[in-house]
Amino acid sequence: MLSARHLTKQVSSPEGTLTILDDVSFDVAAGSTAAIVGPSGAGKSTLLALLAGLDTPTSGEVRLDGVSLNELDEDGRAKLRASKVGFMFQSFHLVPSLTAIENIMLPMELAGDGEARDHARRILDDVGLGDRGGHYPNQLSGGEKQRVALARAYASRPNLLFADEPTGNLDNATGQRIIDLMFSLNDSAGTTLVLVTHDEGLAARCADRLELDAGRLRDAA
Amino acid sequence: MNTLLFAWRSLLREIRGGEVLVLLAALSIAVGSVTAIGFLTDRVSQAVALQASEVLAADIRVRAAEPLEPRWLDDASDVGLETAESVSFVTVVYAGDASTLVRLQAVTGGYPLRGQLETADSLFGDPSKVDTVPPPGEVWVERSALARLGVRVGTTLDVGERQMRVSKLLSYRPDQSAGFTTFAPTVLMNLGELPSTDLVREGSRVSYAQLFAGERRTVTEFATRLNAELPRSVRVQTQGEASGNLTSAIDRASRFLALASLVSLVLAAVAVAMAARRYAERRLDTAALMKSLGASQSFVLNVNLIQLLLIAATASLIGSSLGFVSERALVGLLGDLLRADLPAPSLYPIVLGVGTATVLLIGFALPSLLTLKSTPPLRVLRHDLAPPPPTAVATYGSALAALGALVYWSVRDLTLVAIILGGSGIAALVLYAGGRVLTGLLGSLRTSVGISWRYGLANVARRGQLSAIQVVAFGLGLMVLLFLTFVRTDLLSNWRATLGEDVPNRFVINIQPDEAESVRSILTDAGIDASGLTPLVRARMIRINDADVREIPFRDPDARRFAQREANLTYTNTLTDSNEITRGEWWGESYAGDDVLVSVDEEVAANLDLAIGDKLTFMIAGVELNATIDNFRRIKWDSFEPNFFMVFSGGSLDAFPRTFITALKVEDRQRDAMLEVARSHPSISIIDTGAIVEQVRGIIDRASLAIQAVFLFTLGAGLVVLFAAVQTTLGERRYESALLRTFGASSGTVFAGVAAEFLALGLAAGFLAALGASALGWVAARELFDLQYGFDPALWLTGFLGGAAVVGLSGIVAARSAVSTPPVRVLRAQ
Repeated sequence: MLSARHLTKQVSSPEGTLTILDDVSFDVAAGSTAAIVGPSGAGKSTLLALLAGLDTPTSGEVRLDGVSLNELDEDGRAKLRASKVGFMFQSFHLVPSLTAIENIMLPMELAGDGEARDHARRILDDVGLGDRGGHYPNQLSGGEKQRVALARAYASRPNLLFADEPTGNLDNATGQRIIDLMFSLNDSAGTTLVLVTHDEGLAARCADRLELDAGRLRDAA
Repeated sequence: MNTLLFAWRSLLREIRGGEVLVLLAALSIAVGSVTAIGFLTDRVSQAVALQASEVLAADIRVRAAEPLEPRWLDDASDVGLETAESVSFVTVVYAGDASTLVRLQAVTGGYPLRGQLETADSLFGDPSKVDTVPPPGEVWVERSALARLGVRVGTTLDVGERQMRVSKLLSYRPDQSAGFTTFAPTVLMNLGELPSTDLVREGSRVSYAQLFAGERRTVTEFATRLNAELPRSVRVQTQGEASGNLTSAIDRASRFLALASLVSLVLAAVAVAMAARRYAERRLDTAALMKSLGASQSFVLNVNLIQLLLIAATASLIGSSLGFVSERALVGLLGDLLRADLPAPSLYPIVLGVGTATVLLIGFALPSLLTLKSTPPLRVLRHDLAPPPPTAVATYGSALAALGALVYWSVRDLTLVAIILGGSGIAALVLYAGGRVLTGLLGSLRTSVGISWRYGLANVARRGQLSAIQVVAFGLGLMVLLFLTFVRTDLLSNWRATLGEDVPNRFVINIQPDEAESVRSILTDAGIDASGLTPLVRARMIRINDADVREIPFRDPDARRFAQREANLTYTNTLTDSNEITRGEWWGESYAGDDVLVSVDEEVAANLDLAIGDKLTFMIAGVELNATIDNFRRIKWDSFEPNFFMVFSGGSLDAFPRTFITALKVEDRQRDAMLEVARSHPSISIIDTGAIVEQVRGIIDRASLAIQAVFLFTLGAGLVVLFAAVQTTLGERRYESALLRTFGASSGTVFAGVAAEFLALGLAAGFLAALGASALGWVAARELFDLQYGFDPALWLTGFLGGAAVVGLSGIVAARSAVSTPPVRVLRAQ
């Protein structure tokens, strides 16, 4: 489903060239789950950005469902994301001007789904927010926001879901509920899940563990 | 996804965020100010266009100061043209003790040949068109004359020796000047009745006209014949030239008003640019998210373009409505300066409004919004990432191009566009420099004040550039308003003060030589000083140093007209106080030489290129008279004494037909004597110069009130700039306020700091405005009025108070959310 080959990312800084990722290679099988872990500054978010095609590597290649991201331009990568990829972010990233249900509809509408609203309503029920669809993000609690984000991530039935510290902004109990919800959705949809986390408990629930240290993959499990 | 729907829905919700509101307000004010003027000039120009074929009330109008030969009327009838006659002059009519200056117009049946008269049966009755002229014994009178006399339709007026009944209110005649009313209201009567009034005597200033109309080719041929055969002193006017003059006058007035509205436009543009930048910044996260979720660049771009168009459309609607309402208010303010029955406006001003909004958005908002499409999607993970800002060329180039286009649209002249843009650029730099100095000074005060003021002044100084823009934006509108209110009234009252108490307030003209003695005795009996009767001889200059005046190639068309027109001459050996010799010497009290000497006004001499010693030849009542230029004079016109461009040496014109003219100072208790003069000598005209000065003042007051109204838009635009500026700092302010409150400052202290900041900005704006208005006043006093202009404490006080109050309040309103947001929420959101 997802394969990274010799991924390297360098940026120039006042102190010279900085290598953030150094020759990272791994595969994640379809329907599997993988956790990217490591200390701050290890390159976790950079790796996630490269895997999702939000950024381009200095060298190396990412293949997503058989398609090489290197061969696509920005709009091409966007199109691929619209059809195959879902996202969850640490800071939720809900569009403040859209209601909960409209936020969930957004990726489906971008992918041209004509029944976005019905589908969004169903999945909103699935995450237990059936009665909050008309609320704006600023009227929701942190846990509710992340549940809306989760619903949005699964709404377009992605083959692949990327999650960046999905529980980072939540208290333990709320975070735990979100994780349960995420894994149950993942099981029923058969989605490939790649997440970045500091949370060892969360990492332990994933099939694969990719541990980054100073830009290098320490132990390919 | 449906881009349009998405754009529309998210825009609706964005409106709750302030940037869209500021953007809308700025655009609406720009559109409102442009369309208000647009509607006004559109209606006036329409009125002019409608009346273009009517301005002469004929196809050809022949006008002269002497009676015209009746044979032209016969000749015209012979070739199949319609004809009519009109005789008009300024005189005074009476209703009991009340009197007013009017333009009496006596016409034959058939007048007007083009267009129709409209009359009403009562002062405020509905006008209807009529095909006749007043029958014998009746007059039709314009509303303002009735109002000034305080009488109604049906009253009897004294018109010279006759008593005539006001049978109708004259609401419209085709040859009244379109758009703006003339100075003296018209009284229309039948020409057959004129001799019985005994108002027209030898030497009276009368305009005789013959009117012709008919089939186009015949008219053209007849006009050619008239031009060829009539002497130069007779003016042959055809429709095209008459309406052309009028149109160009209206055109100039429109351009002036359009330029006045441009000031608001420029300020609004600044607000648009600020709000758009902030709007784009706030949308970066959404753009990044949408791209991470798979939206293409073009989708992001289209959404923003559509929103821009929706904003433009909404602002056009709001602004045009604002303009429409403001135009009604302007017409109300201008009052009887404008003809009341202007036609309904066309849709063109709305086109102008939509165009203005679109061009402003393209020039000032688009560069910021275009960057949104290149928002890196990675921003969802790394918040510090942003698209590259628009290049300076894109930002300033498009702004300058948009402004240039809008100015060009107003003035239609590339050179003028360059001058206006250059001039405004320099003015903006000077004002901005002034604003920077002021805000810098304010900042330096902060060591010696309390905590709230220190916080407020620190903010003023830290956001120096933004503070200066706010000071200038608001100060500009305030400056113009201060100038138009205080400086205008100051200048007018200063001017009146220089006139003194004994300035004459009545002009008596057309006194025949045989009436002089009896007039003098009536006046002297009433205790009015009537010692100075000045003789007046009407003449035409025909040669300058043996060159025919008609052949001299004068540089200035005004000079040519002046040289060729009928002139009023006087003669005396006494130089009055209101004249000062500027070159040569006065010939002296006892001059009795054979040479006829003439003293010429220095400005006339300059315009006609005359020199001391030049010979002027005049035609007076069919006799030629040569005179030698002996000296030049400067005339003090505001002495309100009879003054003449050409003064001849004593006794030199005794042999010619003359009338007398005098200026009197008449107290209220002596008014009966004036009435007696007028009644016993109907052909004498008494002009109430005091009333005229008041009337001129009324016109200036109304016109400046209207201009002030236009500049209210400038004030509004200045306020929007303030709001836009506050918005750009709102995030920062919230954070600071949260920090201060976390450290233990009460919300009162934080609020006082915000209040202090905007009070300081308001005081600075008021200072800049008062300084600018005083400087403008000083220049105007020196250059235009030749007066001293001093310090006016009321102007400065109003500047400071007005600036502090309006900017202070608006700033507090704009920044209030920074104070009222709970600090914990702000800090958590960081």
